[in-house]
Amino acid sequence: MPSDRYSIFSVLLEALRGQSGWRPAWRKASPKPAYDVILVGGGGHGLATAYYLAKRYGLSNVAVIEKGWVGSGNIGRNTTIVRSNYLLPGNVPFYETSMKLWEGLEQDINYNAMVSQRGVLNLYHSDGQRDAYARRGNAMRMHGVDAELLDTEAVRRMYPWLNFDDARFPIKGGLLQKRGGTVRHDAVAWGYARAADRLGVDIIENTEVTGFRIADGRISGVETTRGFIAAKKVGLACAGNSSRVAAMAGLNLPIESHVLQAFVSEGIKPLVDGVVTFGAGHFYISQSDKGGLVFGGDLDGYNSYAQRGNLPVVEDVIEGGMALMPRIGRVRLLRSWGGIMDMSMDGSPIIDQTPITGLYLNAGWCYGGFKATPASGLCFAHLIAKNEPHEVARGYRLDRFRTGHMIDEKGMGNQPNLH
Amino acid sequence: MRIRCPHCGERALDEFTYLGDASVTRPDPTSPDAAGEFYAYAYERRNIAGPTQELWYHQAGCHSWLVVTRDTRTHEISDVKLAEDVASKRIKSTAGAA
Repeated sequence: MPSDRYSIFSVLLEALRGQSGWRPAWRKASPKPAYDVILVGGGGHGLATAYYLAKRYGLSNVAVIEKGWVGSGNIGRNTTIVRSNYLLPGNVPFYETSMKLWEGLEQDINYNAMVSQRGVLNLYHSDGQRDAYARRGNAMRMHGVDAELLDTEAVRRMYPWLNFDDARFPIKGGLLQKRGGTVRHDAVAWGYARAADRLGVDIIENTEVTGFRIADGRISGVETTRGFIAAKKVGLACAGNSSRVAAMAGLNLPIESHVLQAFVSEGIKPLVDGVVTFGAGHFYISQSDKGGLVFGGDLDGYNSYAQRGNLPVVEDVIEGGMALMPRIGRVRLLRSWGGIMDMSMDGSPIIDQTPITGLYLNAGWCYGGFKATPASGLCFAHLIAKNEPHEVARGYRLDRFRTGHMIDEKGMGNQPNLH
Repeated sequence: MRIRCPHCGERALDEFTYLGDASVTRPDPTSPDAAGEFYAYAYERRNIAGPTQELWYHQAGCHSWLVVTRDTRTHEISDVKLAEDVASKRIKSTAGAA
């Protein structure tokens, strides 16, 4: 009998019989001629959408079509941080919904995603910044999200080795969300893929969508490298490539693709037990369970599909790191990588129907796609199943730029490379 | 990535500032669908994977605006022109067409 459900007993049983009973986490499905729903993109968001469509909305005649392999996109190219420390009304309930789903994820999908609520601390360096963080913390608490404003001494007790007396950016305190933390990113993709597969979803890898069949403003299926597949509804969740895929359906999106680099050092002993962000620059750091310091910074700032960055941003990130924690100067950099971000014009995502009947869009996640994965999947599944937005994702309209209802969390206007 | 400025020669990327797509032109505010055209101009992007023309400013150099032809899949730069030359050529060609 193959081990189907992961538990302490299945692990012990397999230990005794030489790990011979495990079966693949998901089937290598071949496309059927037709589905109720096809999701384009087998990353975190597409797989989570498929899972919630089957689990919560009773639609299991669903296929996820992925051009590479499951987890080959941004779900495998990020810094694994989850948090819900947002300010604006359109954002806070959505990201808090995501946070709550993270908290119950492993039991829900029977997969160890290493959800670790190690705390996210945003440092501030001036009185103005403290006031802005106090306001943000209050907004969070009014929505039932945990937030604590710390002074210098409280931060010093947590991380005594930070560079508190930096001449330009002394650390005055920080805004702490204790429930924030990190999640093993690949495991999120694998766990959702396995859970969706168990509910009957076909996960079709190494198959690229090459076009859409659209007649009279209604979609009837997708053209792929393995032929035509009919579908009543098609959902796009292909961050980084959203513009290219949507262009095949004749849509021109308010999105640019930019590369965001991240870095990991050689493994060292435990140093940073939470996530720390340097409010003066754009630098954030955490430590993986293997011991590597994982950190990142700004976008490279120009359009790119290259999945690799350039040196000026590498230098900028490392300078930020050195300013914040000078002791990392002798740690060697192990590797760096670049993910392609869907940068939207206000820094907020899009979960909406498109002008084409039966075609749905989930795009524009900017930096924040990973932490949003569960709620994005839930809200996109809701939209596809019911043809109306989920209550926590009502603000993420495609036409909000035209109507003036932007959700500009950073107050940077319509410059995608600034968000 | 290095950019060959027509005035200064090949320089490092951090001397330059990126602005965006150089192929779009500001719509005519007197056209009947000006609001729609300005919406598209301000917010919609073609976001091409492949060779694109984009505006770069040589901030730490000669302060020229440049039109750089760059492949967004590889970061390979195939052409750099002064933006004023591109603009005057574009004006001449539209004048010729009219």
